[in-house]
Amino acid sequence: MPPYQVGREQIREFATAIGDNNPAYYNVDAARVLGYMDLIAPPTYPFTLTMRAMATAIFDPDLGLDYGRVVHGEQHFLYERPISAGDELVVRAQIASIETRGSNELLTTKCRVQTIQDELVVTTSEVIVSRGTAA
Amino acid sequence: MSALVDFAEVEVGEHLPGIRIPLRRVDLVMYAGASGDFNPIHWNERIAVDAGLPNVIAHGMLTLAETTRVVTDWTGDPGAVISLSCRFTRPVPVPDDDTGAALMVGGRIAEKLAAERVAVELIALLEEPDQSEVTVLKQARAVVQL
Repeated sequence: MPPYQVGREQIREFATAIGDNNPAYYNVDAARVLGYMDLIAPPTYPFTLTMRAMATAIFDPDLGLDYGRVVHGEQHFLYERPISAGDELVVRAQIASIETRGSNELLTTKCRVQTIQDELVVTTSEVIVSRGTAA
Repeated sequence: MSALVDFAEVEVGEHLPGIRIPLRRVDLVMYAGASGDFNPIHWNERIAVDAGLPNVIAHGMLTLAETTRVVTDWTGDPGAVISLSCRFTRPVPVPDDDTGAALMVGGRIAEKLAAERVAVELIALLEEPDQSEVTVLKQARAVVQL
C-alpha cells in the first residue's frame, strides 16, 4: 500500500465526527502553542489507519470472517507522539493470535504506525471478535 | 507537550469532569464516513438484527473517542496522552429516533506515576431506557504526561 498522507481537513473532519472541539485539531496556531508543527490528530485516530491495514488480512476469503459478525473486542494504543498533519505513514500489521473462546473467535493483531522515514509514531494492538462462528 | 494541569496538585481518587454524550444515527454515519469504518452493523438495522444484535450499534472506537475527551479536555493537550486502552464489553444500541442513545463518560485518577505521568481510569456508562446505567468499557485506562 502507498504511504497514507495525513491532511488537515481529514483531522478536522474526524474531530468533528467525534464531537471534539479541542483547538489543536482545527487551528494550526493553537497546535503550535502546544509545541506541535501542525494540527495533531485525536488519540483514537490511528485506528482509522490500522483498520485499513488489517482489513486486507481480516477479510481475506481464506480467513473467512463475516463482516456482519465482527465486533471490536479490545484496543490498545502506545504513542511515541501524536499523529500530525503532513505525516506520511505506513502501517506494519501482523496477526498475533487466533483463539476460540466459547462460540466466539478472537483475532489479535499488532500494528506499528511509522513514518516513511521509519520513525515509530504509534504501536497498537486490537482484538477483533467474530461472534458465534467458532466450530 | 504542554498540559494545563499541575502534577503536584493531582490527587489519586480525584474525579475528572464528566460529559453526557448523546449518540444518534447521524453521529454513527458521520463517524463511519470520517473513520472509513463502514461495517453495516453501525448503520443498517436489518443487517445488525440478522447478526444477532439488538439494533444498530455505535462503533466501539466512537465510544472510546468520546470517553478519551474526558482526559484531553482536562489536560488541554491531546498529545500528552502516552497510552490508551480498553475492552469493549457491551454494545451501545442506537435507536432510530430523534434522541438516540446517551453515554455518560468520566474519569478518575487511578495512580500517580514516575516522570510526572498519571494513570486515569476511564468510565463509560450507557443510560438505559429505565434510567439505569450499564458500563460499556472495561479496563479503560489512559496514561498522560503532565
